[in-house]
Amino acid sequence: MNPNDSQTLLIKNLSTHFFTGKGVAAAVDDVTLSIPRKSIVGVVGESGCGKSVTALSVLRLVSRPGRIVSGSVMLDGEELLGKSPGEMRQIRGNKISMIFQEPMTSLNPVYTVGRQVMEAMRIHGNTSETEARDRAVEMFSAVGIPEPEHRLRSFPHQLSGGLRQRVMIAMAMVCRPRLMIADEPTTALDVTIEAQILNLMKELEEKFDTSIMMITHNMGVVAEICDYVYVMYAGRIMEQADIFELFDNTKHPYTLGLLGSIPRYGGVRRRLYNIKGMVPSLLDLPKGCRFSPRCEQATPECESREPELYDAGAGHYVRCFLHANANRGEKQ
Amino acid sequence: MTREENKHCLLEVDDVVKEFALRGGFSRSGQIVHAVSGVSFTLDEGETLALVGESGCGKSTMGRLVLRLIEPTRGAVRFEGRDLASMGEPDLRAVRRRMQIIFQDPYASLDPRMTIYKIIAEPLLTHKTHKTRIETEFRVRELMSRVGLRGDQMNRYPHQFSGGQRQRIGIARALALNPKLIVCDEPVSALDVSIQAQILNLLCDLQDELGLAYLFISHDLGVVRHISDRVCVMFLGRLCEIGPTEEIFSSPLHPYTKFLLEAVPKPDPHMRKGKKALLAGEMPSPVNPPPGCAFHTRCPQSEDICKRLAPGMKSFGPRQAACHFTQ
Repeated sequence: MNPNDSQTLLIKNLSTHFFTGKGVAAAVDDVTLSIPRKSIVGVVGESGCGKSVTALSVLRLVSRPGRIVSGSVMLDGEELLGKSPGEMRQIRGNKISMIFQEPMTSLNPVYTVGRQVMEAMRIHGNTSETEARDRAVEMFSAVGIPEPEHRLRSFPHQLSGGLRQRVMIAMAMVCRPRLMIADEPTTALDVTIEAQILNLMKELEEKFDTSIMMITHNMGVVAEICDYVYVMYAGRIMEQADIFELFDNTKHPYTLGLLGSIPRYGGVRRRLYNIKGMVPSLLDLPKGCRFSPRCEQATPECESREPELYDAGAGHYVRCFLHANANRGEKQ
Repeated sequence: MTREENKHCLLEVDDVVKEFALRGGFSRSGQIVHAVSGVSFTLDEGETLALVGESGCGKSTMGRLVLRLIEPTRGAVRFEGRDLASMGEPDLRAVRRRMQIIFQDPYASLDPRMTIYKIIAEPLLTHKTHKTRIETEFRVRELMSRVGLRGDQMNRYPHQFSGGQRQRIGIARALALNPKLIVCDEPVSALDVSIQAQILNLLCDLQDELGLAYLFISHDLGVVRHISDRVCVMFLGRLCEIGPTEEIFSSPLHPYTKFLLEAVPKPDPHMRKGKKALLAGEMPSPVNPPPGCAFHTRCPQSEDICKRLAPGMKSFGPRQAACHFTQ
């Protein structure tokens, strides 16, 4: 496999640390992740697991005291980490775009949404005013905004939450990016709107050849639209697999715990499985496997040494000693 | 709505209407927000009734009406058979000990300048239930251990706790006066799934031990299915459907309930369907609710009668639904 051809995004051994007064927090620690062309890749985990910082690192938007300390981020085979700020500005919003959880805070309240959507094209596209307007209207109808010409003149507060998120998506897609990073895009929305937005993202991915990095804590959302999933915990990737493989053949105790603690839609049980304890502080990580203090299957080995990502076959990798031995042989 | 003469009935909400007048703004004065329009339900002792619906459907307003934190425009809320609206201040104070609330955001609902001891002891001191500081402290420790906090943490401040622990503090405060009813307003929505499971388990355990009744307000249908005995589905201030949880989830009667259940992303990739049936259009405004059935502008089954006539609640065994076409 030549990664440069088939991968839209290839993150290799990325580490982003925050240098705080209390010590160094490794928010993203040696993360390797790839997003193939025409695919939706999920990055899941709980608050503080490093999923959003991974996304910000790709865009080089990590602000102080955070810094990317090592690794590589390649977009279509082109290294992003060495780019100058000016070159990065040419990439953001153009080749890589991002949508956020709360559309109201990411839209400027004093400009019409049309102006905000056209801004990206004016900066990146060398398009004329009329051309930009035509494309904005086209994009508004592609994302399902009714009466697009009329809506261009609306201000963000005049739109509902669902429409605002559609505007955000239109803005993200208008330059036909290679990659769209969606950070919890439906978390603030009602379920019926969420279903519409997820549907729309799937459609756009197929139509515009844009890969999507879907950052979420919601396993339901992952199951709904992702092709491949990375599960993160305390800055590390714990498990990664094809979507069906991950749900059918879950291996890592943390992933099992995450799935087990979802109130099931289907069977009613009085007690939910719960992972004991809570996410460790990044400033005070446990020795060995980061999940070991909360893991029911932890052994003394887990507490002294950190497992690597073991190949479990079929594109499934697990950072757990339980799945180490059987597969080491297979690999060699 | 038929009134069951059940001696265990704790709470009775009878055709409650709440309208808010819009003031100020540019040209909005004189307009009225119809937040809750004629909602009736009952809640038995030890039962969990969920209020579900999307933002703006009036479920949180309903929760506040039940506690008489706001006054209904019309209709009655009866707690243990007595109308809250007609109660004077002393009676209301006595009743308020028996009904409590847990809020969504454990960061916003705890005073950052109060220690955990002060937060949990506040209702005890307000209602003068314990004579001495030692007795009060004993009770606070007891409450803290009941919700899974260590008693030696009581001199700390809220910012020293995680979201899940703060929610436990909120629960301990709600339990302080031995309530019969707790209104849970999105109690786990702000929490991570693993913490959410811990809190849901805690709420279930407390219900079993203390015989609490929960009015559980949530937009998360997975959580609702897990925790509640009965479900009320609301749309734009009105009830669509009410009935036992499993029956509603396995065979919804109202078209809106069907859309709502269909829309929930299921944590199982094998349940992906090619295309979901999506709800068309936008949520109508509660300032200007559509005439007739509030859902008719978005309902695929809508016919002439829906535009003219608001459907009443019809009974179907233990369930009720408000749709002209439900058989």
